[in-house]
Amino acid sequence: MVDLVWLIPTFPLLGFLTLICLGKSVREPIAGWLATTAMAGSFLSVLLVFIGMLLEKNENRQKVFTLFDWIPAGDFKVDIGFLADPLSITMCLFITGVGTLIHLYSIGYMHGDSDFNRFFTYLNLFAFSMLVLVLGDNLLLTFLGWEGVGACSYLLISFWFRDRANATAGKKAFITNRVGDWGFMVAMFLIFFNFGSLQYLEIFNILESNQIAKTTTTFIVLMLFVGAMGKSAQFPLYLWLPDAMAGPTPVSALIHAATMVTSGVYLLIRVNPIMVEASTWSTGLIAWVGVGTALFAASIAVAQTDIKKVLAYSTVSQLGYMVLAVGCGAYTAAIFHMITHAFFKALLFLGAGSVIHGMDGEQDLRRYGGLRSLMPITAGTFIIGWLAIAGVPPFSGFWSKDEILAFAWNKSPLLWIVGIVTALLTAFYMTRQVVLTFFGKPRYLDAGDAGDAGDAGDAVDAGDAGDAGDAGDAVDAVDAVDAVDAVDAVDAGDEIKPHESPWTMTLPLVALAVLSVVGGLIQLPFSSSTKWLEHWLEPATFHNETHLHLSSSTLWVLALLALVSVVAGIGIGLTTYLKEKIDKQIFEKPILHNAWNFDSTVSRFMGGPGSKAFAAVARFDKQVIDGAVDGTGQIVKKTASILRRTQNGLVRTYALGIGIGAIGLLIWFLTRTTI
Amino acid sequence: MFFASNSVPTPEIVWWALLPVIVLAVSGVLLLTISSLLKKEISWLAPGISLTAGIFVLLSSIPMWNRIQNDGPISFLNNSVGTDSSTIFLTSLIAIALISTSILARPYLSREGIPDLEFYVLLLLSAAGGVVMAGANDLIVLFLGIEILSIAVYVLVALHLRKIESQEASIKYFLLGAFSSAFLLYGIALVYGAVGTTNLVEIRNFLATSLLIEDGMLMIGFALMLVGLGFKVAVFPFHAWTPDAYQGAPTPVVIWMAAGVKVAGFAAILRVFPLTFASYVNDWQIPLAVLSGLSVVFGSVVAVVQTNVKRMLAYSSIAHAGFILIGVQSSNMDGTSAVLFYLGVYTFLASGSFAIATVVGGEGDSNHDLDAYKGLAKRKPALAALFTILLLGQAGIPFTGGFIAKLGVISSAVDTKYYFLAGVAMLSAAIAAYVYLRILMAMYSDNNEGKIEDIHVSKGVWVVTSLSSIVVIVTGFIPGPFVEITRDAVPILVGG
Repeated sequence: MVDLVWLIPTFPLLGFLTLICLGKSVREPIAGWLATTAMAGSFLSVLLVFIGMLLEKNENRQKVFTLFDWIPAGDFKVDIGFLADPLSITMCLFITGVGTLIHLYSIGYMHGDSDFNRFFTYLNLFAFSMLVLVLGDNLLLTFLGWEGVGACSYLLISFWFRDRANATAGKKAFITNRVGDWGFMVAMFLIFFNFGSLQYLEIFNILESNQIAKTTTTFIVLMLFVGAMGKSAQFPLYLWLPDAMAGPTPVSALIHAATMVTSGVYLLIRVNPIMVEASTWSTGLIAWVGVGTALFAASIAVAQTDIKKVLAYSTVSQLGYMVLAVGCGAYTAAIFHMITHAFFKALLFLGAGSVIHGMDGEQDLRRYGGLRSLMPITAGTFIIGWLAIAGVPPFSGFWSKDEILAFAWNKSPLLWIVGIVTALLTAFYMTRQVVLTFFGKPRYLDAGDAGDAGDAGDAVDAGDAGDAGDAGDAVDAVDAVDAVDAVDAVDAGDEIKPHESPWTMTLPLVALAVLSVVGGLIQLPFSSSTKWLEHWLEPATFHNETHLHLSSSTLWVLALLALVSVVAGIGIGLTTYLKEKIDKQIFEKPILHNAWNFDSTVSRFMGGPGSKAFAAVARFDKQVIDGAVDGTGQIVKKTASILRRTQNGLVRTYALGIGIGAIGLLIWFLTRTTI
Repeated sequence: MFFASNSVPTPEIVWWALLPVIVLAVSGVLLLTISSLLKKEISWLAPGISLTAGIFVLLSSIPMWNRIQNDGPISFLNNSVGTDSSTIFLTSLIAIALISTSILARPYLSREGIPDLEFYVLLLLSAAGGVVMAGANDLIVLFLGIEILSIAVYVLVALHLRKIESQEASIKYFLLGAFSSAFLLYGIALVYGAVGTTNLVEIRNFLATSLLIEDGMLMIGFALMLVGLGFKVAVFPFHAWTPDAYQGAPTPVVIWMAAGVKVAGFAAILRVFPLTFASYVNDWQIPLAVLSGLSVVFGSVVAVVQTNVKRMLAYSSIAHAGFILIGVQSSNMDGTSAVLFYLGVYTFLASGSFAIATVVGGEGDSNHDLDAYKGLAKRKPALAALFTILLLGQAGIPFTGGFIAKLGVISSAVDTKYYFLAGVAMLSAAIAAYVYLRILMAMYSDNNEGKIEDIHVSKGVWVVTSLSSIVVIVTGFIPGPFVEITRDAVPILVGG
């Protein structure tokens, strides 16, 4: 059944082609259902391949299926081929699984959009590209998918391109990613130059049999890491991801949380045999960039007021964890966290989308509050997502984060400390988000100064709650009252009326919530036999994983400390935002809100001295390069107007041409005679 | 017993290998006779038979291909006819050109009020000539094929009876064609004089094994044959008829000239130069390289200043011929397979592009000015999109078959160390891109809207243009399998 692997990308490709051919000729929900069916078909084929692979022996689980020669150009030969191994199939499982749910969700979310069909066309094209990226058996095919997902990301971020800000965000993502793509391309050239092949398994074979200089492999790894930094939004190339939230929320969930942004991490794991051959300082650098990004982004997330911005910085932070894991040689842990993150972050984004949907497009946390009883399913599932990302056992995020932190300790306790602080911050900002959205007093009714009014209301609430000793009840009571108010308000005018979303949106939420709860089961740290994912991935990691040299008591202590930090984070969050015992201004510093002014500094530089330099380059381009081009054009035109005179319409002139040609040829051939 | 010993030995005939020629020629002749017997004209008869014959030939090439791939190439009729993979490949290209011409001609002929019977009869006969060329193992057979092909085309060009340009184009083409045929025939005669045979295999073996003390006659033969064959495929400086003939001829005929005739012409060149005269490659390689370089430059440059789209495409066809000739001059496996790939892609590019010219040309087939294309994207967005694909393919933009085709022939020039030629070809490709972009710009520009009356796009045009576009895209994205086919289709001479 493994040889059905070609079916996996075929379904979304067919979906894309069908949708692009149908254009606007189909009515609204049909395009969505078509796209969703294509994804579901793809998911089913992944399942078949997965089952087939399970039935194989461990050592037979890595197979290349070459469909055909793609580019035969002299020595340079690239096949269209798929590498089916546990790594790629694991990726496919959650890409198509989560992808199907998000497609389904989008049918509800995009309801009524005038470009409904276009949205699903892009979504299917994205899924196809992503699957090509993951399944490609050579770097060029991966690169094709890499660029494909980049293009789709651009198209979907600026999906509502009539709004200038969205179009700008799309461009920002595209341009920032070019830096990463440059790294990927340089790495590809280097690999082809040094190995003479771009096929993963061939490269690995050559690496095993031939001595490749350590500087070469180090440089290749660094260049690939530049590529990964772009796609997986690591510091300093993370800049595009927060802005990418301009796209529709399902896009944020699918592309900018669950799948595309993990492709950088995937790429590094895929080439783990090269990573192992590289100098240790390069992997150390990767680990530090990862953990640094994690802390940096988490600190920013603390002070964001846009519900999606919080999740965006949270994604950057979680990707930092994965990169940290890769840098520590913990490939399984990275994949493990990638999977659990795909579940809970997609859940959180879709939940946020559901809230935004119910709030008629409102994204400001300060204008939410008390939505729990109005959107029970959204709230319930969002809370599960919160517990999972915060790292509360037994939710999935706890297990994967804990594993990464253990490996971080193994490499350097310093890494672990930064990691644990990030975990605390994560728990804190997620608590803040959940409380501000679903608990407390509704603030969306106040048309005026949202923040201040909200503060006042919250203070009263907190007092009540404290007295009653049961915060939940109090909140519920307030909610109920406000719900009535809200209904009245809507009747009166065009006030916001929060409502639960349709089943196409809540069903994916529930499914993802279940996965977020149980996702940790695939890799439990208790004994070797419960580490299912690690054994499963072995054919793709080639025993290159770092081994933990930690006693089980150390591990228990580490886990306990992680738990303490999580509890502390949640506790501080609850005290600050639910009970309001701590002034939130302590945490919500303007500098954090402005992302440490990094983005604005970069923008100022690019707009100031940078743009002068660009202008100089542009002048050079205009005067020298364009001058040369235009000059050539003029010469061509002049030559052409002379040459066309030979075309005077007279047969005798044409015959003369033939005659002259014949004489020329005769002279040549006569000089070649042997006489 | 008695009869057997006295019977004249008849040459062995492999009937199945002759099937394409027989089908095409017989359906042409039958069509002519049957319709003269009919009392009432049946409008679908001629296009129907022509289309059926084309499809039959195309389909029959599949089992023939498999058989040749398994059993190897064959030769028969006293080794004067050979069938190898290239024969079948090129025959199917000719069949494709025939099919698209037949599809597109029907609405055109009825629109222009041209009697259609003669058109299809001549087209079928011309196609039969082309197929003969693709399988010729003898210079006489080759010449026979060329003449069958050409004479029919001379008449086809003149078929637009009420258009004086059509007559003029025909007479020019005919006069120059006769002129160049004389060169070709004289060249054949001289080669025969030098080696004593007209059989390609025997000539090759003779030239490979014996050293001529005096090869002047052979050399002049090369030169004169090159003139004649160069004329057929329209390379510089034997190209001058092309713009005039393309502009004046009924547009469906131009499809046939650009796709079918060019394929047949290159089939002849491939059989003669790289195969038969293989041992003299050092003598003819340089002139071929020079001619190909001049053609790409001339075709690309002069196309820039044209304002008539048919003329632009005519000059671009000269440039394309130059590109294909680059692959021929390299005279190796990669170059030849690149030539076949290029011919394959070009058949579709030409069919699709001229199909659109047929439509935009409008009644009277005269609306071919660049201005006529202005605002096409607004009026017929789908058609404009298809034309965009085809033009990008002609320009050789990556991810179209045209790119792979150009890449193939240029890299064959690099392989044979003709770096200058490769550079010239790349530069010309860039210049030619401007030409195609001009048409694109016109299509997508807003002004002049509504100046031209609504154009009617028949089903046939949709079929041909969309199929062509699909082929151009598919071969661009996944060239591998198609390159593989053209590698298998590299011609081999057997027999003798």
